[in-house]
Amino acid sequence: MKTPIQFRLNGEEVAAFVESGANLLDVLRETVGDLSVKGGCWQGTCGTCTVLVDGAPRLSCLTLAEACAGKSIESVAGLRRGADLHPLQNAFMERFAAQCGYCTPGMLMAAKALLDRNPAPTREDVVDAICGNICRCTGYEPIIQAVLDAARGDNRRRA
Amino acid sequence: MLELRKDIFADERDDNLKEVGQPTQRQDMLGHVTGTSPYYDDHRFGNLLHLKLLRSPHAHARIRSIDDSAAARAPGVKRIIRGADVPVNLNTLLSLIQFGKDDEPSLATDVVRYKGEPILGVVATSERAALEALALVRVSYDPLPAVFDVEEALKPGAVSVNAAYPKNTFEYYGKYDHQKLRFGDVEAGFAHSDVVLEERYQMSPIEHAPTETNGSIAVPDTNGRFIVYTSTQALFFSLDTAAKINAMQSNQLHFIGGTVGGGFGGKVDTLTEPLSILAARLTGAPVRHRLSRHEEMQFGSPRGAERIYIKDGVKRDGRIVARKVTAYFDSGAYTRLSSYAAVKCAAHIPGPYTIQNVSADVYCVFTNRTPATAMRGFGVTALDFALECQMDKLAVAIGMDPLEFRILNAYRDGDMKAHRREAKNCALIECAQVAAEKAHWPLGDEYRRMSSRQGGGAARTGGADRTRAPAPAAPAAPARPSTPQRVSYERPAAAAPVTAPAPPPRSAPPPPAASPGGSTHGAPRFSSVFGTRRR
Amino acid sequence: MAKHRGRGVATINYPIGMNLGGDPSQALVHSNPSGKFTVALSSIDLGQGMKSVTRQICAETLGVPVEDVYVDTADSDTGPHCMGSFASRGTHRVGNAVMAAAREARAVMMEAAAEELEVDPGDLETDGKGSIRVKGAPHRSISVRDVAVAAQFRQGRTISGRGIFLVPLSDVNPETGEMSPATCYAHACLIAEVEVDDETGDVTVLKMTSAYEVGRALNPKLVEQQLVGGSWMGMSHALYETPEPYYPDTREGPRDFNEYLMPGPGDICPHDILVLERPAPDGPFGAKGPGEMCANPVLPAVANAVFNAVGVRINDLPITPEKILRALKARGGAASAARPR
Repeated sequence: MKTPIQFRLNGEEVAAFVESGANLLDVLRETVGDLSVKGGCWQGTCGTCTVLVDGAPRLSCLTLAEACAGKSIESVAGLRRGADLHPLQNAFMERFAAQCGYCTPGMLMAAKALLDRNPAPTREDVVDAICGNICRCTGYEPIIQAVLDAARGDNRRRA
Repeated sequence: MLELRKDIFADERDDNLKEVGQPTQRQDMLGHVTGTSPYYDDHRFGNLLHLKLLRSPHAHARIRSIDDSAAARAPGVKRIIRGADVPVNLNTLLSLIQFGKDDEPSLATDVVRYKGEPILGVVATSERAALEALALVRVSYDPLPAVFDVEEALKPGAVSVNAAYPKNTFEYYGKYDHQKLRFGDVEAGFAHSDVVLEERYQMSPIEHAPTETNGSIAVPDTNGRFIVYTSTQALFFSLDTAAKINAMQSNQLHFIGGTVGGGFGGKVDTLTEPLSILAARLTGAPVRHRLSRHEEMQFGSPRGAERIYIKDGVKRDGRIVARKVTAYFDSGAYTRLSSYAAVKCAAHIPGPYTIQNVSADVYCVFTNRTPATAMRGFGVTALDFALECQMDKLAVAIGMDPLEFRILNAYRDGDMKAHRREAKNCALIECAQVAAEKAHWPLGDEYRRMSSRQGGGAARTGGADRTRAPAPAAPAAPARPSTPQRVSYERPAAAAPVTAPAPPPRSAPPPPAASPGGSTHGAPRFSSVFGTRRR
Repeated sequence: MAKHRGRGVATINYPIGMNLGGDPSQALVHSNPSGKFTVALSSIDLGQGMKSVTRQICAETLGVPVEDVYVDTADSDTGPHCMGSFASRGTHRVGNAVMAAAREARAVMMEAAAEELEVDPGDLETDGKGSIRVKGAPHRSISVRDVAVAAQFRQGRTISGRGIFLVPLSDVNPETGEMSPATCYAHACLIAEVEVDDETGDVTVLKMTSAYEVGRALNPKLVEQQLVGGSWMGMSHALYETPEPYYPDTREGPRDFNEYLMPGPGDICPHDILVLERPAPDGPFGAKGPGEMCANPVLPAVANAVFNAVGVRINDLPITPEKILRALKARGGAASAARPR
């Protein structure tokens, strides 16, 4: 038995029929077709599936889709404004903060949640914000630097 | 963070390049930061089905019966797949390069050999429906004794794990249960050593843990072929493996991949493609076979554990004169790639050092655990751990600085290596010098002046032990140390005060011996001793 | 109840390519009608930068800007055979195949340009910016775009090339192990500084300093990505990771990332990396591959640093607090190892 729900995804109204108990990750990818959200563990332990729900970072694999009715969801597909990349996206590029790229969508959303509420984070703040997002490739340092760059409004590549 | 030392080896390089050497932005970086890089699962089909596997709860058991009738009737279930449905249900990955016997089924039929071995597949309209159907399958097992320790597995009378290799070791050259390396005479070397150190090292298995798990989607194409979107690290390797298992021609398969969310060696084994293709053939629909994180972590092949014994003989002047290694690769229940790793490990012994007497026996052993596979550093990582811990212990034992000790023993251009090839293009010494300088690790002047390009080959053997037999000794029984681990580097309380030994005298190297081939390295000297010809 | 600091070192080398060789890779390079090039491969980018490095190699060999080259991979219908991305073979094997294909394509391009300019191909050079000009007379030039148009629509030439690179398979002597494992090796030295808490057994890696010799750093940023990411994975192997914590006993295997531990962003340390380049005679522009060896030296360097800090040797990985505390207890307490420095 499927339930109809409506929510806003990256500013657009979306409607979907969801199985009861379905998680937001599967609904976004399988039903709504937002493939920018990635699934890493479906157990809530890797952070890959992080999206923002009413501005707060959430593990979409552990979030009940039905509980998102009427809410505003942001995924990495909505980060750029037309052709313009979000400062975080520019910063990640400048700092070479992605290799396989699979953790990057979730990492960007976790970082955005930080910068939206704290525009001048310390390194510790950044570490705290992304410590729920596993990266197996980069060793984290370029990601931390990219988030700090974006916060400072400085997306030029550093030596 | 990264500094290029262009000054070193500058005379060997032409740095006049335009695009090479530039910190050019990655071709895929924009896709990564916008979430548009296309991984295998970023394709959607209206009628996608999902394959999930029933896995053995036992490490070793006989399958007495399987009752899948309730599962077949479960809601959303389109098809059950059994071992009998798999056209070629026995394979080994390296059969593609004619190495090893087919030993592993895609779906077990009569025996399971590791906890997690697949027995049956359910294809259903959702993962949830497939998992709920799996819970309805009734399998009865007769558990069998299992063996988990590599040395236990090699003892006579041990539980036999793998039907193709009843003695629990891979077979090399049709006659040996291990890969040998024999260079010089280690026993003579030990007899002439001042300190002998024998240690045991154990490397844990490691989970690749890529953020993207193994998976594939097989899609019937319009022309009778199958498109397979895959996370594989080796496109044709997986295509050919899947073709063999499905008894299909290779051009009936169209594999698409190339963008993978981390591999590290864990996406070579072609874990999901053969059955996703089979399921697509049997149902006529696109089928996704994706490992859950739990499956990836516990049943996806790990880096194999390795147990390594090293016995070294060193002289007080700092030279290692003999190194003997016995290494056991824990391949798990099936071969996969560990047979190859054992040879690669033997090839890596004794490390980047010139040692005149080297012996090794490297085993690929079967145990009742998840089959192991390649991982970053395959065949080398665990050995480097063991070798470099050992080097540290040796340095302490003879009272020498650990880095100077390595520089002294480091291989140089022209040195003969244990597998009878000349060392070339060496740079270990320079790496040590550069790192030491940056980290303010003091090195004596002597060591700061050494170079990979000097002192190798014919100049090398001055002052070191030359005892070598012209032919290797008759193969002995596989070395298994019977004494407990010696901690011989611990100095007894009454030892003399530790002072660094004087570096060995380094006179100008004698001019290299001329040879008809014009080679100025030590090769003719060594090959004339052994009566072998360097290729 | 104290924290002890120590340093440890490891020096390693790493064989490039599949052991014994016999692992071919192929590439196809062709120009579209307006002088933009595609490299067709079936090689895989796992994140190590396969698509990017081969793009730069192709651009350099063709003599065109990197923006005029695109790497298309992986499709078994259009990409020629590649053995796969493993054994640090990508840069070396695929890079060489791409070079061979690009050389053939370049040769056709230069012949086509020579015909247009009415000179000998040997008189021409590429400027790396999209033009081909007469050596010593740069005003006599033609754009790659115009050459492509001329070649395809007037001259009937295909500006394309094929390449394969194979290190022939080596035999192995069953008795002696004599073999040719690899044609070149990369090198590294890594020094790790740690702090060990003798009450909890916790090990904190404070600093790493390393030198890597990679033949040629085709793209320093990609090399940096590998060396930084790899050293993190090495630290992870050394101190954290195991799917069988009681190996060879199989119980208590982790089922998720709460139970399978890896260091997080708060556990990383500064890492000074120096890169040396001693070109491999058979590497593309001398390049070797850093992708695997970047983790290896960390494991023993950390183990050796632990010994230097508290005087215990842990020979079983991972080095957990439990193992350190047991060893300290057996030893009767922590003591920095005396060593000549």
